[in-house]
Amino acid sequence: MGVKDKLEFPGQIHETPDGGFMVTQLDAVINWARSNSVWPLAFGTSCCAIEMMHTVNAKYDWSRFGFEVMRATPRQADLIIVSGTIVMKMAPVLKRLYDQMPEPKYVIAMGACTISGGPFFYNTYSVVKGIDHIIPVDVFVPGCPPRPEALLHSMIALQEKIKNDAYFRKQVDKK
Amino acid sequence: MTNEELKNNITQVFSAVTFDETGEFLNVIIPSEELLPFMKVLRSTKEFNFDYLFCLTCVDWKDHLMMVYFLNSKTHNHTIVVKAKITDTINPQIESVYDIWKTAELNEDEVFDLFGVKFLNHPNLRRIFLEEDWVGYPLRKNYVDEHMIEL
Amino acid sequence: MLLGEEDCINEEGEFVINIGPQHPSTHGVLRLKVWLDGETIKKVEPHLGYIHRSIEKMSESFSYRQFIYITSRMDYLSAHMNNQACALVVEKALQVEVPARAQAIRIILCELSRLSSHILWFASAGLDLGGVTPFFYAFREREAINSIMEETCGARLTQNFMVPGGVITDLQPDFPKRIKEVLKQFKDNYHEYNEILIGNVIFQNRMMDVGVLTKEDAIALGCTGPVARASGLSCDIRKLYPYDGYEKLKFDEILVTGGDSWARCQVRMAEMLQSVNIIEQLIDNIPEGEFVAKTKNVLKLPKGEFYQRVETARGELGVYIVSDGSATPYRCKYRSPNFANLSAIPHISKGHKIGDLIAIMATIDLIIPDIDR
Repeated sequence: MGVKDKLEFPGQIHETPDGGFMVTQLDAVINWARSNSVWPLAFGTSCCAIEMMHTVNAKYDWSRFGFEVMRATPRQADLIIVSGTIVMKMAPVLKRLYDQMPEPKYVIAMGACTISGGPFFYNTYSVVKGIDHIIPVDVFVPGCPPRPEALLHSMIALQEKIKNDAYFRKQVDKK
Repeated sequence: MTNEELKNNITQVFSAVTFDETGEFLNVIIPSEELLPFMKVLRSTKEFNFDYLFCLTCVDWKDHLMMVYFLNSKTHNHTIVVKAKITDTINPQIESVYDIWKTAELNEDEVFDLFGVKFLNHPNLRRIFLEEDWVGYPLRKNYVDEHMIEL
Repeated sequence: MLLGEEDCINEEGEFVINIGPQHPSTHGVLRLKVWLDGETIKKVEPHLGYIHRSIEKMSESFSYRQFIYITSRMDYLSAHMNNQACALVVEKALQVEVPARAQAIRIILCELSRLSSHILWFASAGLDLGGVTPFFYAFREREAINSIMEETCGARLTQNFMVPGGVITDLQPDFPKRIKEVLKQFKDNYHEYNEILIGNVIFQNRMMDVGVLTKEDAIALGCTGPVARASGLSCDIRKLYPYDGYEKLKFDEILVTGGDSWARCQVRMAEMLQSVNIIEQLIDNIPEGEFVAKTKNVLKLPKGEFYQRVETARGELGVYIVSDGSATPYRCKYRSPNFANLSAIPHISKGHKIGDLIAIMATIDLIIPDIDR
C-alpha cells in the first residue's frame, strides 16, 4: 500500500560544510507529526468494541501506526471510534463527548449499526439510523462487526486524510 | 411436588383460580386483584416455597394485558407459571411483588417502561430504558411511531 | 434529565456522582448513579437504556429463522448460546429431533465460546484493577479461538451458526486438529493466568471480602451463573435441565461458598478448565451423520407458549415465546442473565469504598447490550 513511503519525513535536508538545514512546508511537517500520533478515545457501546480491543492487542497492534494509547477522557483524544449501535438515549451523550474533544478531531464510524442502523434498521423504535445524523464522520467501516484489518485500513485511510489536510492554513485564512 | 399435587394444594388455599396444563409448566390464572395474597401464600407456605422468580413479563392481548410470573422453588425444584389478567388497558395497574422477591424491582420497571403497567407500592417506579418524556409504550400492539420503518 | 444537571451535593451532605455511561470500567454504556458519604457508598442506582435496541419488538416482526440472528448481538460473547436457546425453543415447539452430530457440534462451539468469554473476563478484570499485562496475555488465546470460529462459522464474533434443527453447515475437515491445538495452547498457558493476576497478592486483597452476596440474596435477586455459584447456589442449567445432550457428558458444577469477589474469580477460573474438559470428551467422537434435521422452509409454531433456558457464560438465559400460530412470534421475551445479576450490584456494594465498586463490577462481569436488549 506504500505505507512506508508515506511515513518518511516530508521535506529535504541540505548538507552544508557547517552542518545543514532542512526545507519543508509548515503544513506538511505538522500534518506528518499529527497523523502519526492520533490517540483514540476508549469508547465502545457493543459488539464492535470487542473487535476494537482485538485491534489494540498484540496480533494487530495499532500502535505500529501511531495510534499509541487509548485515552479514557475525551479531552486527551483526537479520534473517536464509534464502535457499536447508538440509540436515541445515547445520542446526546455521544454529541457531548464529541464536543469535549479538542480540535482538530476525527470520527470513524465502525460497523453497520453506526453507518445506517445496520441490523437494527427495520421495526426498531430506539436506534439512531446512522451516526452522521449526530456528528460528522470521516471514515465509515462496514461489517458486523468489521474485521480488525478493516479497522486498521480505515485508520490508515484517516492518516492519509490528515496528511492531505491544510488544517492550520485554514485557521489562518479564517482570521 | 408434581403438577397434580400442586394443583390440589393450590385449590385448597385459593378457589378462584383456573389452571391450564397445555404448556410445559403448570399455568395458574388469577384475577389481578388477588395477585399479592396469592403470591404471598406461594412464597411463605413451606410445601410450596417458591423462592425464585426467574422471569417476569407481560403480554399484550389487545383487549387485555396478561402479567406472567415464572416461579421456581430451589428447595423442592418445582416450577409454576402465575398469570394475572389486567382488563383495564387504558390505565392498567397491579400490585408490586417487590416485597416478596427483590428481583422484581428492575423487571417491573421494565414492564412499566415498555407496557405501561403501573405497579402499586413499587419502591422506585421509573422509565428504565427510554427517556422520561417518551410517548407511548413500545411493546403494546397499538404503539405507533412515525420514525419506525416497517419491514 | 441530562447528565450532570442534578445537584452534586444534596441536603444530607451526600455526594452524588455518575459513573458512566461512558466510563472504561463499566464495560459499555452502563450508568450508575452513586450516593457517597466521603468515599463510602450509601446507595447505587443503575440507569439503563443507553443501548436499548428494541430487540424484543424486532423479534415480533421476524420469522422464526430470522429472529435468531438478532440475538447474537445481545450477549455477543455468548452468541452461540443465545442462538442455541432460540433454536431450541423452535425445535421444542415443532418437536424436531436434532441429529447427534449437530448436538455435538453445538456443545463444542458453545463451550469454546464460554471459554473465550471467561478469558475476556480475565482480561478486563485485570484492566479494571489497574493491571494492563493480563489483557495482552488473554487476547493471545482469544485470538486463537476467534480464528477457529472464523474457519468454522465464517465470523469471528457474531457467529449465527445455529439454525432450527441443527447447525448451518458442516465442520471443516481439520476442525478437531485445530481445536486440539488451541486447547493445548490454553492448557500450557493456564498457569500464566494464575501467576500474572490470580496469584497476585494485591489482586487477592482487593477481591477478598468485597461484595459478599449470600445464598439467600442470590436467590431473591435472581442471580445465576458464576455469580450465584460463587455463593453456593446450584443453578447450572446444563445440570438441572440438560439440553442438547449435556446429560451424556461428565463435568462438575463449580460451587464455592464464599460469595465475595474472590469466590467469583475462582468459579470462573475453574469453569475454564471444565469447558476444556467437555470439549475434550467430544472432540474425538463427533458422531457421523446429518448436521441439520429437515424442516419446512416456512416455520409456523403451533399456538401456545414456549420457554427454553440455556446456560450462557453469565447465567441462565430464558427465551419465552408466545405464538398465535402465524409465521412470526406474537411476543418474544428474553430473560437475560445480566439483567438479574445487575440488581446484585446496588445490594452488595453498600458500605464499601468507591474503589471496591469497580472490583465488584469487574467480577459480576456484565454485558450491557444483554441488559438493555
